[in-house]
Formats: sequence, structure tokens, C-alpha cells
Amino acid sequence: MLAPWLVHLVLWPPLLVSVVHIIGFTGYTTWISFTSSTLIPENDFVGLRNYNSVLASRNWTIATENLLIFGTGFVVLTTAIGLTLAVLLDQRIRAENVLRTIYLYPMAVSFVVTGTVWSWLLNPSIGIQKLVRGLGWEAFRFDWVVDRDMAIYTIVIAGAWQASGFAMALFLAGIRSVDADLYKAAQIDGAGPWRIYRRVVLPAIWPIFIAVMVILLQYTIKTFDLVRALTGGGPGIATQLPSLVVYDLMFQRGLLGRGSAAAVLMLLYLLAVLLPYFAFVQWRKRRNARHG
Amino acid sequence: MSALRIAGVRKRFGAQEVLKGIDLEVDSGEFLVLVGPSGCGKSTLLNIIAGLEAPGEGTVEIGSRLVNDVEPKDRDIAMVFQSYALYPTMTVRQNITFGMECRNVPKRAQDEAVERVSRLLQIDQLLHRKPSQLSGGQRQRVAMGRALVRDPTLFLFDEPLSNLDAKLRVEMRLEIKQLHRRIGATIVYVTHDQIEAMTMATRIAVMHQGEVQQFADPETIYNRPANLFVARFMGAPPMNCVSARVVSAGDGLAAVIGAGRPDAIQLPLSREAEAGAGAFKDRAVVLGIRPECIAEEDRRFGADERGSIAVEAPVEMTEPTGAETIVLMRLGGEQLLGRVSPDVRLPVGGNARFAVDARKLCLFDPATERLIA
Ligand SMILES: Nc1ncnc2c1ncn2[C@@H]1O[C@H](COP(=O)(O)OP(=O)(O)OP(=O)(O)O)[C@@H](O)[C@H]1O
Ligand SMILES: [Mg+2]
Repeated sequence: MLAPWLVHLVLWPPLLVSVVHIIGFTGYTTWISFTSSTLIPENDFVGLRNYNSVLASRNWTIATENLLIFGTGFVVLTTAIGLTLAVLLDQRIRAENVLRTIYLYPMAVSFVVTGTVWSWLLNPSIGIQKLVRGLGWEAFRFDWVVDRDMAIYTIVIAGAWQASGFAMALFLAGIRSVDADLYKAAQIDGAGPWRIYRRVVLPAIWPIFIAVMVILLQYTIKTFDLVRALTGGGPGIATQLPSLVVYDLMFQRGLLGRGSAAAVLMLLYLLAVLLPYFAFVQWRKRRNARHG
Repeated sequence: MSALRIAGVRKRFGAQEVLKGIDLEVDSGEFLVLVGPSGCGKSTLLNIIAGLEAPGEGTVEIGSRLVNDVEPKDRDIAMVFQSYALYPTMTVRQNITFGMECRNVPKRAQDEAVERVSRLLQIDQLLHRKPSQLSGGQRQRVAMGRALVRDPTLFLFDEPLSNLDAKLRVEMRLEIKQLHRRIGATIVYVTHDQIEAMTMATRIAVMHQGEVQQFADPETIYNRPANLFVARFMGAPPMNCVSARVVSAGDGLAAVIGAGRPDAIQLPLSREAEAGAGAFKDRAVVLGIRPECIAEEDRRFGADERGSIAVEAPVEMTEPTGAETIVLMRLGGEQLLGRVSPDVRLPVGGNARFAVDARKLCLFDPATERLIA
């Protein structure tokens, strides 16, 4: 047993630090977003002026559009790849542990490294395009990363590459948690493997789908380093995302007020994803409690 | 006609041999119960019959057809699992029709089949519900329904009642028994509950450590257990098994509990028992006597009175159950259980007189533990 004073010593300082950092700084940022602060914080209330100007800017519009494309593409692609890998790994193959580790590795790599590596791979003059052309397909083109319309999809690809292993791990855990007797019952019922997954296993793990999608979605909203390292938001501002806009306003242009407004908007996006999810989790808990 | 024939089935998981050569033959319409303690390989054997697990050695025939290489779905079987294994995201109706859907049964025939079994099992009110909205007993019924729509050669039940409370269990036990009589199906039923085995089976296979200890009808299993394991496993409270000595008494043989002690008890052996016991004359044996064969002193066993022997013994403990009183006594230095009528008041710590039914004594070889008489 720890002495009571030690318990308090261990418990309170970290709690205090967290509260100050999370609640305190969020509150401070929110306050700044309502002031005319530029390089240094001011304390004059200017209402929604910063919000209006952020929302009216082309930068923010493009960032939001990109967020929608990236968010949808990333979540769908990552879920699809993760699920496919999980189903393939579920076939009781010999090298399962090795493969699982390999698939999970990208997760351990930081987004900056992923971004940098993929920026090389996708660079037409040194990456995949050069490789395929070197193999003889002279007409091969893969220059999305420098194409204004396609660049955002390269971020989807790199992001999916990194996060698929994580999605796979969650799906595999879910699939494995399905009662083994259900497989047996389905086998006796005469269902083939495909039908067993489609009708029995995957429907049984739908809460995991929701969890995976929410986790991925909040990833996309916070994404910064991946884009920064892969395209730097370019070409031009073609792959701008909200987090890059915040960074740009606050630290490149020295507009603290507007940057804070953009940051608060990001927080609202995040809440729009997380609050319904928490409500959903609560609802499920209550329903399970009722049905025992 | 034989509905199921299992010959020389062995199975090992890694280094552990779970089934060590199982031979069973079940006739059409029989209710076979596989009973044994936890971990003895009952489920493994059932899975092998179902084709969910491959035997290491041996053959399985269902309806006179060798099915070793036949897929579970083509074996013409239906199975009810201990966990019920209802598909959680499907409604009761979908759970029942899923198998027919996989077998491309036309929609009309599916509806008729659902109609038939839901009425039989009284689940017609539940068809639109999800399994999570059902009680344990209702889930059990749905699981049965899923098996019954199939009309298979063989039904396999893996401890279908073990998740129910005691009262529901008794009800469902009766229901399954009636169902068996009504549809005349062949059933292989796994349980570790010896009362379920005794009440439902037409034949019982008692398993222990991957081997069938005895395969016989319930009466034989109960009255003539093939070895000490079966004797101790079947029956509650279990059979008293105490060491005894075979001696000659008059023109016959008798078994003596506590030979050489002043309180030794001598129980005459029946004519049939003497045949097997002869070889053990003046040697030690294990005597098996059911608790219901030791009762209050004025109890008469059967028509003739010769089998009834009066003894006096110290009472160590009594356990009234309502319908009867279980009594722990000491006979010839050995502890034995008896069952007396509930209105007999026994002096705990004092002596009481009992009547012993000596007609159904079992004698076992202490070395091999096999039944000798
Ligand atoms: N897939 C498996 N891998 C390894 N060992 C197994 C496997 N399945 C069963 N066993 C072992 O085989 C033995 C028999 O298992 P089985 O499930 O047949 O027992 P059971 O008689 O059905 O017991 P219970 O009454 O507890 O259900 C057990 O010791 C178990 O640990
Ligand atoms: Mg079992």
C-alpha cells in the first residue's frame, strides 16, 4: 500500500497539468479567437470578425473540401484494406504472427517519415513512375503528387498505407472474438466461407466498424505532419487541410486571432464526429445493460 | 437399421490423446446420451460425428454411409450447441431459415417449415425478435427449431440444457424427451449431467479420459456398472464403494464389510453374484451398494423378504431433502450413505437400525476396478 500523501502526490500534479493544458489552453485559444490579436495577444473583444474572415477565405474553403475528400477516401480505403487483410489473416495461415507484425509496422512509423518516404515514391522523376518506365513502359504516367486535382489522393494513399495495419488489428481482434460455435453452426447450415463472413461474422462486429471509422475520422481532422512532409500543402494550396491553415495563419503570417478561430473551427469539426460517437457508445451500454 | 456407427475413432490435440479408440453403434430412432466428466472428450466426439473436426483414425458412418470425407452440410445432420450459437444479428425467423437459404430451398417451403417448427416449439410469437431479446429457455427453443426444420438422419445435441436454471432444465428435459417420441428421430445427446442421461436415454455411453467405460441401456448402467468409475459417476448421491471381503456363509457366499472387527457386517450374495464372486473367495473386493438400498428398519425391498437384512449402525450426519433424508452412517468401520423416509427421526451421534437390500450388491476387482459380480 502506498501512503496516503504519496497517492495524492502521484495523482494531483499530473491531473493539474492536464487540466491546465487541455481546458486552460483550449479556453485561452477560444478567447484569443474573439480578439484582434496578431503577433502578440490582445485583449479586445471583436466578436465573430476572425471567424467570418476565416470562413470567407479561399484557403479555408479548399481546406474543408480537401478534408471531406481526404476523410472519405482515407476512411473508406483504410477500412477496406484493413478488413481485407483481417479476413485473409483469419484463414489460420502459418505465418500469421509475422504478417501481422509486418502489417502493423507502418503504425509505428511517424507520419513525417511516411510522408517523406511517399513523397519520394510518388515523385515522378525518382519514384514509381521512373521505376515502371525503367522496366520498359515508357508511356507510364503517375504524377498525381504534382497534379493539382489528384494530389489530395496521394495523401489518401499514404495515409491508408500507414493506418491499414491498425484497422486490420482491430478487425482481426473482432473477428476472432466471434463465438467459434457460430462458425460451426453456419458450417452445418451449409454456408460457405464468403457467406459466413458476409452474413454472420461481419454483421456481428459492426460496433468495431464504427469504432474504426471514428478513430480514422478524427485522425483525418487532426492530420498535419503527413501532408506537411508529403506535399507541404501543394502544389499551390491544392492539398491544404485545416491544420495547415491554422499553422499558416498563426506562425507564417502572425495572425493569432484568425489562427485561433481556425483552430476552434477544427475543434468543432472534431466534436461533430466524437460527440455522436460517445452518445452512441452510451446508448449501446444502456441497451446491453437492459438486455443482460 | 443403424443410424450411426463409429469405429476405432482416435483423436489427439498435440501431445494429448483426447479420444482413445471409440466404438459406438446407434440404431435408428434411438436416443444415445454421451455422458462423462468435463474434458473427457464428449464435445470432440460430437464434432467428429458432425464433421467439424477430423478424426485422427477410425471411421464414422451415418445412415450406413461412410462420411469421413463428407462436408458437415452434406452429412444430413442437425446440431444444437451448448451456447445455442444463434446468429446474433438475425431475427429468430432468419436464424431458422438460414440453413434452408444456404441450401436454396424455395421460399414457400421455407415458410411452411418455419410455420411447422415454430408451432411445435411454441415460438411463433418470437419470430421477429433478435436472440438478445429472448430468455435462456426461448433461445434454447430457437436453437432446437433451427435443428428441427432440417428433418435430418441424426440430431446432435451438445449440452443444450446446461445454461438453463434448474427448473427450466427439468421442463426442457421432458420436452426434448416428448419431442423425441413424437418425431422418432435419432439423437446423440452430450451431457455431463448423469440425471439427464438417466432420464432421457434409450442407451448411455459413459465416457472417461477419452474412452467409453460402458455402453448400455440406463438400467444396466445404473444397476450393473461395468467398473468403479461408472458406479461412482452415475447416481446422486453416488453408489457407496467400500472395501469388503468375500467369505463362505452356509452353503453360499457373503461379503463382509469390516472383516475382523466387532461391528463387521455380513451381506449374503445372490445366486447370480456367487458365480462371479467365487474366484474372489477369501480375498478383498470393492463392494458397491446404492444408497437407496439402505433404508429405515421397517422398509421391505421387493416381494420376498430374504434380501432384506437388519443392521445397527451409528448415525454420523443427516441431510433432509424434503422427499427423503440422506443419512451418513458407519458400517463395519466404513462410511456409507443411506436414504430413509423423511418422517424417520434419526439420532445424530447415536445408533439406529436400518434395513439393507442385499439383492443388488455389486462387487468390483480392487486391482482392475472392473465389475466381477
Ligand atoms: N482445439 C483443441 N485444441 C487442443 N485441445 C483441445 C481442443 N479441443 C479440445 N481440447 C482438449 O480435449 C479435451 C476434451 O475436450 P472436449 O471439449 O471434448 O471435452 P468435453 O467432454 O466436451 O468437456 P465439457 O463437458 O467441459 O464440455 C480437453 O482436455 C480439451 O482441453
Ligand atoms: Mg463439451
